[in-house]
Amino acid sequence: MKLTGRRIFHGKASGEALVTKEAISFYGGVDPETATVVEKGHQIEGQCIAGKVLCFPKGKGSTVGSYVLYQLKKTGKAPVAIINRECEAIVAVGCIISEIPSVDRIDVDQIKTGDLVEVDAENGVVTIK
Amino acid sequence: MLLTQLEKEMLDGTHGKAAKKSMEILVTLGEIYGAERMVEVRSVQVAGVSYANLGEPGLEYLAEMAEDGKVRVLTTLNPAGMDLENWRHLGIDPKFAKNQERVIKAFETMGIVTTCTCTPYLVGNLPLFNEHIAWSESSAVCFANSIMGAKTNREGGPSALAAALTGRTPMYGLHLDENRQARIRVDIKTDVRGTNDYGTLGKVIGDSIGDKIPYITGVKSPSLEELKAFCASIATYGGTALLHIEGVTPNRTNVPPEAMEVTPPEIEKAERELNDETTIDFVGIGCPHASIHEIKRIAELLKGKKVAKEVWIATARPTKQMADRMGYTATIEASGAKFACDTCFAVAPLKGRFKGLATDSAKGCFYGRGRNKFLVKHCSLEECIAEATR
Repeated sequence: MKLTGRRIFHGKASGEALVTKEAISFYGGVDPETATVVEKGHQIEGQCIAGKVLCFPKGKGSTVGSYVLYQLKKTGKAPVAIINRECEAIVAVGCIISEIPSVDRIDVDQIKTGDLVEVDAENGVVTIK
Repeated sequence: MLLTQLEKEMLDGTHGKAAKKSMEILVTLGEIYGAERMVEVRSVQVAGVSYANLGEPGLEYLAEMAEDGKVRVLTTLNPAGMDLENWRHLGIDPKFAKNQERVIKAFETMGIVTTCTCTPYLVGNLPLFNEHIAWSESSAVCFANSIMGAKTNREGGPSALAAALTGRTPMYGLHLDENRQARIRVDIKTDVRGTNDYGTLGKVIGDSIGDKIPYITGVKSPSLEELKAFCASIATYGGTALLHIEGVTPNRTNVPPEAMEVTPPEIEKAERELNDETTIDFVGIGCPHASIHEIKRIAELLKGKKVAKEVWIATARPTKQMADRMGYTATIEASGAKFACDTCFAVAPLKGRFKGLATDSAKGCFYGRGRNKFLVKHCSLEECIAEATR
């Protein structure tokens, strides 16, 4: 299945999808050392986002979150790609400074955790294998 | 987005790596928020200065930008995690200090004026009416938009830095007049006096209207210090980036039909919410940074007295230099109270060092509780000093 959205930051990547219906706060909500979601009661609390195609509706919380994505990238623990329903400034800036391929305006409900997903961010295309 | 020749060159790398990365950030934000073009800014205020927030990766990013990035407009910084000169006296860990200094060095290399303050408008970064700017710190954004009538969105650290390195920001949100109209009228039916009262009022309004732009009536000629406290509190509790006050603020707006009232019971309820049951071992004044007028008042109150608790007066370094000249600093320091320049008790890493904070700042209460895990007492400047000497 092919979904088409909007490029946030260019690049191509593929990997296993990790999907949540809840917004993510990277500052405070994700451990920058282990890449584990630590926000209490979050739908994917305890799961590691490293190497995944991370699918969530949008970012939330402090703008310092952009730097958390950058830290994850520098330590090799960033998601390989990010897919949002509606990207906002924190995640957008985080993806640009960390050079993580990223697409928004995608109906993330169509993607299931564990799906193999290909992201062609330049063209805004997400392919579920 | 429609880009000028210069903007296109920045984007394709002609003007270096830092300008390219910055323009990528700005164009992407512009596309997300539907901006048609960039607007030139005259002033920038960058947040994300405390090493406690940035960490090693944030510092690495700044160092990378500092390799070839130079600011194109007047740019100052938000408070850092420590007093850049007097950190030892304030008990800051030397390892932290070393890292904080590396952060400041990176900013300095880019040509940023390293006054670290949430009141840039008091120390030479004063935007004018209708001027487009790119500021970060929430209270300063609210003050610049509302009291000065400048135009800024609330920027994150990297997007403000991008504006500094390119001299531009995407034209959306509060840069457009149609988004600066009041959405709700707020009639104040109670007497409000002093920075602590204005802070409480900010909490009442912020808690109930969120980030809707208010048109506020019934407030009589507030002082600079009261407006500074009010903007800080309403931005903290409501996320407000712009407000209008009848007869006080310069922006034109329609007066919205939807209205709410603030009466004494609401103020009393908020005041109760701003106070914990606690004993005080720490007194913090200067959130936002104390003005020279406030420092003068503190010196009068402390003259000839000794403090029995840790007392910090947070301010911008140039403001303290005025206090030095006037002898206020000598009077205040003779009492045992300390100045904390370039930083404040909300961003400095103080968790575990103190238990109960007394402050006249409603914003200080929020961050004292949240970041540093203090219990708090919210009271007037005079009561804070009385508490300090008790």
